[in-house]
Amino acid sequence: MVVMKPELAFGWIMPEIVITLSAVFILLLSAFRRKSDIGRLAGGVSLIGAGLAFFLTCRLWNSDVDIYNGLYTIDNFGLFFKALVLVISLLVTLLSLRYVEREEMIKGEYYALLLFGILGMMIMVSSNHFVTIFIGLEVMSIAIYVLCGLLIGNPRSAEASLKYFLLGAFATAFLLYGIALIYGTTGILDVREIARYVTSGNFLITPAFMAGMALLIVGFGFKTASVPFHMWTPDVYEGAPTSITAYMATGVKAAAFGAFLRVFYTALYPFLTEWSGMLWIIAVLTMTLGNITALMQNDIKRMLAYSSIAHAGYILIAFAVGDRIFSASILFYLLVYTFMNIGAFAVVILLGRKEAPNTGIESYAGLATRHPMIALAMSVFLLSLAGVPPLAGFMGKFYVLSDAIKAGYYWLAIIGVLNSVVAVYYYLRVIMYMYFKEPEGEIGRMDLSPAYAVVIVVSIWALIHMGVFPRSFLLIARESVNIFM
Amino acid sequence: MVFPLLSTIIFLPLGVALVLILLPRKNPLLIKVFTLIWTILEFGLSLPLFFNFNEKTAGMQFMENLDWFPEFGIGYILGVDGISMLLVLLTTFLTVLCVLCSWNSITDKVKEYYASFLLLETAMLGALCALDLVLFYIFWELMLVPMYLLIGVWGGPRRIYAAIKFFLFTMVGSVLMLLAIMALYFHYGRDTGLYTFNLLDLYKANIPVMKQYWLFAAFALSFAIKVPMFPFHTWLPDAHTEAPTAGSVILAGVLLKMGTYGFLRFAIPLFPQAAFAAAPIISILALIGIIYGAIMCIMQTDLKRLIAYSSVSHLGYVMLGIFAFNMQGLEGGIYQMLNHGVSTGGLFLIVGMIYERRHTRMIADFGGLSKVMPRLAVFFMIITLSSIALPGTNGFVGEFLILLGVFRSNISYGVLAASGVILGAVYMLWMFQRVMFGQITKEENRGLKDISKRETVILCAIVFFIFFMGLYSQAFFRKMDATAAGYLQNMQTKIASYNPAGPVPWR
Repeated sequence: MVVMKPELAFGWIMPEIVITLSAVFILLLSAFRRKSDIGRLAGGVSLIGAGLAFFLTCRLWNSDVDIYNGLYTIDNFGLFFKALVLVISLLVTLLSLRYVEREEMIKGEYYALLLFGILGMMIMVSSNHFVTIFIGLEVMSIAIYVLCGLLIGNPRSAEASLKYFLLGAFATAFLLYGIALIYGTTGILDVREIARYVTSGNFLITPAFMAGMALLIVGFGFKTASVPFHMWTPDVYEGAPTSITAYMATGVKAAAFGAFLRVFYTALYPFLTEWSGMLWIIAVLTMTLGNITALMQNDIKRMLAYSSIAHAGYILIAFAVGDRIFSASILFYLLVYTFMNIGAFAVVILLGRKEAPNTGIESYAGLATRHPMIALAMSVFLLSLAGVPPLAGFMGKFYVLSDAIKAGYYWLAIIGVLNSVVAVYYYLRVIMYMYFKEPEGEIGRMDLSPAYAVVIVVSIWALIHMGVFPRSFLLIARESVNIFM
Repeated sequence: MVFPLLSTIIFLPLGVALVLILLPRKNPLLIKVFTLIWTILEFGLSLPLFFNFNEKTAGMQFMENLDWFPEFGIGYILGVDGISMLLVLLTTFLTVLCVLCSWNSITDKVKEYYASFLLLETAMLGALCALDLVLFYIFWELMLVPMYLLIGVWGGPRRIYAAIKFFLFTMVGSVLMLLAIMALYFHYGRDTGLYTFNLLDLYKANIPVMKQYWLFAAFALSFAIKVPMFPFHTWLPDAHTEAPTAGSVILAGVLLKMGTYGFLRFAIPLFPQAAFAAAPIISILALIGIIYGAIMCIMQTDLKRLIAYSSVSHLGYVMLGIFAFNMQGLEGGIYQMLNHGVSTGGLFLIVGMIYERRHTRMIADFGGLSKVMPRLAVFFMIITLSSIALPGTNGFVGEFLILLGVFRSNISYGVLAASGVILGAVYMLWMFQRVMFGQITKEENRGLKDISKRETVILCAIVFFIFFMGLYSQAFFRKMDATAAGYLQNMQTKIASYNPAGPVPWR
């Protein structure tokens, strides 16, 4: 490990700098330019910025340095998540280009906030220091509180924003309290130092430390939408602009799991037996409640919200098992989950109109007759979410479950697979509407602009590719979790 | 490098399906002819498997072995032996007939229909040839989606219910099997240091008996649902009744065989002690299936439902034969798998033809059809007799061998199974009598047209195999003798060499 002097460290944080500059540039643009063409321009800038940042992030692969006195770390684990959230930002920006115009949102600020959110996620996943993690989380959260409420004149959007803000503020307070308790009992804020200290033999586990650990689970559990900290999810996902829902369901979840993993697999790993039981229960609750509630949803956005809760549960299976090498399956799952979820939301956006969001499941009736290709694409995403091979969703579940079986967590695995059968029902229900039913109302022409098509085609390609040839992706994920060894 | 025959056979239909999607929707004839030509070529392509098959060896043939994910021990391994080779041929053969029989009955979304069918063919062939557990599982699950669409889009009035039921039932079993596959993988890896999903390696696994019970139970549940064995059979009548004709044919002909094939290829040889121990339970369930299925048949008013329950009964024989664990039972079971594909497939085809003309399947709506459709009556009679195993037809050979094997292993099972044969004759002949003979009671039946040339071709193919397999069964047994003998030999050595203490305790 190399410790860098602050003035030399800019090379390591170039991706973050690029994102920040793009976001600031967009803000300035929207202040000085006429409003009419700002949307496309800002979208273009954020695409270029995110693309450049992605490229720079990939260039840094295989580096392992601490900068700014250990406040910031560049390692494969952080880089993996940074690359992932940058891909998410690219896909979401592409989705937003037409959507923002259609819904008449504030255009410039939308992209600036999107990028600030990404910046927060990037900071959050690339630090071993509690303070930096917390700052990243806050940067991300505040941007998203605003983004949720950008559908002006739509009360549900305002409700989503307020709800997310209030509950989110609580959750961050819990997280901060947890950090404080751990700091209070150990006197250390760096997660690796904590790990070293608690295993040194001078440390006695105290109730305060345990409480700190539990509060951390609450805080991260909120951001990853795990039961019982999931109450906000359906309402916020339903009310927020659909592109932002996709962004939250993938980006926030990925970043939160990234930080969650880093903290628990380094600092708190010695207490695996203590937290593993807690997470076992949370995993079971999350899967079961998410899936069973999703069964009863007639609104597709709500259904996908509950399904995203359920998917957090599958990820928690691997989390609770606590196998350090096999935690690569969590990273792989998040990667796969990103593409299938964004793809599904892209179709939801395509079907929506300004005056009618068309998110009821009956809007999908007969889609296969009208728009066979879109129905086919949606089927691929839903089948992947359901975990049907050879799509990537299956491979994701496969590795997560093999994790559990390897460690002898048979019941957790059995509950997991039975849950995935329950999930099949509601995913198939949408397919059933698309293929087996006759259309009820007229949906009209689809606005299949190139940007949407790119997102859909890229997602399908990624799902098939990662489903059939998962090897290289899983190996990358394994290199990323090497930091835990 | 050797020509990858099996891969070509497996993925050719998928390729054809992809091309099919690009063809113009407006020209259904082109789509049909295109599909037909390629399925015939596919059948032709699978024939070398039969003729170039080395009948002296019990090992796998036409093997292909490529790395897929070596770090995880997942390989792309294909191969066939005397059991799966015959089933591959059955699949490619029935697919041709299915395309032919859908010719006029499918008018809606023709392109998607044939594309689904071809995708289904790829999945079935893949599942039959895969020798890597992950690869097998992928194909196994992949079968569900096209079948779900075939039932749900082109099926009868209660198609949505039937399609979902089919999907969920099969899925419940198979996900538990997935966990068992993983548990087996980690057990073998810890035991030997070699982490692999290669079936041929895993055959050598030494598993403690308690663990075998659990793993066998998971595998057996998955396959028993597919077979379907009593009491997991309830999805079958619904799926069969609602599916389009070709869907029923392929469902009865091949998909159900996947269950029995799964027992033969996976559940029994991987966990021989557990299979031995479970034999009485499975045999009794099979017997219940035989008799219960037959009694249900007698009470049915719907032709398709009747044939569906007869499948439950017939597949009971197959399971009984396999679990007799002797040469006659095993070979009879395998042979009966093929027979059932041909004759029950034929019955579904006939019902489909009648349904196309009358748009009803209720037995009460018919009577005296032999007067207006004499040619159909002949074919129907032959297929019915084959289904009740008249000597000279294929059914006799299989059923006789099964009964022989069962009598050798357990006389009381044999007696009960033989009583099922009588019930089989009762429901089939009674059904035939009510539909074909007697006076024409319904006016609508008077004007029915006899079968067309296309339909005659289909039925001739079926009848040819009924007699060929009935009179010259040696051609098929020669191919499976070595495999079956090797199979039983393996089981015996495994049971004999088993050390109950085992190197790895149950964990």
